[in-house]
Amino acid sequence: MARTSTPVVAGWFTGAGEDFRLLGTECPACSSVFFPREDGMCRNPGCACDDLVEVPLSRRGRVWSYTDARYRPPAPYVSDPELPWEPRALVAVELAAERIVVLGQAALGVSVSDLDIGMEVEVVAGVLDEEGDEDTGTAWTTWHWRPTGVTA
Amino acid sequence: MTRDVAVLGAGMHPWGKWGRGFVEYGVAAARAALEEAGADWRDVDSVVGADTVRAGYPGYVAGATFAKALGWQGARVTSVYAACASGAQAISTARAQILAGLADVVLVVGADAAPKGFFRPAGGDRPDDPDWLRFRVLGATNPAYFGLYARRRMALHGDTLEDFAQVKVKNAASGALNPNARYRSPVSADDVAASAVVADPLRLLDICATSDGGAALVLSSMEYARRHGAASPVRIRAVSTVTPSYPNTVLDLPDIATDSAVGKEPEGPGFRGSIARAAYEEAGIGPEDLSLAEVYDLSTALELQWYEDLGLCAAGEAAKLLREGATAPGGRIPVNPSGGLASFGEAVPAQAIAQVCELTWQLRGTTGARQVAGARVGLTANQGLFGHGSSVVAVR
Repeated sequence: MARTSTPVVAGWFTGAGEDFRLLGTECPACSSVFFPREDGMCRNPGCACDDLVEVPLSRRGRVWSYTDARYRPPAPYVSDPELPWEPRALVAVELAAERIVVLGQAALGVSVSDLDIGMEVEVVAGVLDEEGDEDTGTAWTTWHWRPTGVTA
Repeated sequence: MTRDVAVLGAGMHPWGKWGRGFVEYGVAAARAALEEAGADWRDVDSVVGADTVRAGYPGYVAGATFAKALGWQGARVTSVYAACASGAQAISTARAQILAGLADVVLVVGADAAPKGFFRPAGGDRPDDPDWLRFRVLGATNPAYFGLYARRRMALHGDTLEDFAQVKVKNAASGALNPNARYRSPVSADDVAASAVVADPLRLLDICATSDGGAALVLSSMEYARRHGAASPVRIRAVSTVTPSYPNTVLDLPDIATDSAVGKEPEGPGFRGSIARAAYEEAGIGPEDLSLAEVYDLSTALELQWYEDLGLCAAGEAAKLLREGATAPGGRIPVNPSGGLASFGEAVPAQAIAQVCELTWQLRGTTGARQVAGARVGLTANQGLFGHGSSVVAVR
């Protein structure tokens, strides 16, 4: 047995390995893309469409900017107070086809010194935090950005 | 017909970490503003409170909370919340009531008691709340966004960490002269460089603290001001509280992603630029007319961003403007002569009101050692979460 993998937010991503993708929605009338997904009306003020469809986002994009959290973020971020805080890089990534910038944590082990603006990164599945014991607990899954030049 | 309203009085409770309740700070600021105005609380027709989300129900109904603490006297009451722009929306509401003839004298009050450390979302699981989600899913604090903007400026415009540090040095020097500021010691570039990195590339001294504080204004119609002996009061000429235009292509707090630009081409100057543009248009002035500006320096790098968004210089030239000393005391357009958020720390609902207090005192020429010589026109600029921002123009 292992912890049950559960998305930290339902419907924001799908798949595993090479097939892992962020999920947004698209307006069939004006082509606007929404992430996090917009399931009601299109937010383009010149568009009256209210029938958005789910769409996977591009796997790869380029770094718009990046930073990191040198101090433990407050709740509801979950981290083990017993362990020393390890700085975590955050990456804002521009997806060319969707013309959108999506923020995410960098993959584990990627630090700000590994990143540059304009660098190509890809979305990968990751674990945000785990709770409960090895057999019955939950692993909360999320998306991470990883430089495509890195193999791991 | 004039669209000006008069500033009869301004008041503050000093910023700090006092460990008391927000009501006390707000009442102290209100009494100071009333005293400066020479007005009795019972003469106030309307009270507008800027809300705090950190004090339970009394914070959500700040207008009534302050009115009760000052002693119920029957005034019309309004409470507004607009994140960091709450104070400006309170001013906007007061001004609209005055210009509509609904009130002659309006008291505007904002105050906060801030927690130690990062601002955090209210408690409870709220997966429909973007502010909750950015903490839960990303651990993205406010300084994380400031770090993203700063790094982007460095890559796009060649800003350096030394440039950012010099913003702090400039603002700390002004704050040292301001009795209402929380931090009143000069800071050197070495001090900034020696402080801990919070959100790469920004260090502790690049980022504004969270503070306790209170600020208040007594506003009136121009006719009331004249009737009561204020022949040439400071006047508020514009209050901009515009929202962004779709698609908003900058990653603003507390969002996890920008709007997509696929369905509609971005137009105009971007959100911050549009806030300033609306204020300039309403006041019938341009950046060249400003004597001073009070901008929302949540981080040192954001102050530089505002120079460009306010049109004080072209895009990418903010660091050059800073290096030339144009925005320092005695420069062509001093920015944050109060010391800014760098010297105050943010007391959210009070901060945009405090910016207008500083304009008022600068335009009256009563700020002593930090006075901008011959100040005639001042502008504030501010941005907060969820598409809120503000800009106020005051003239003498």
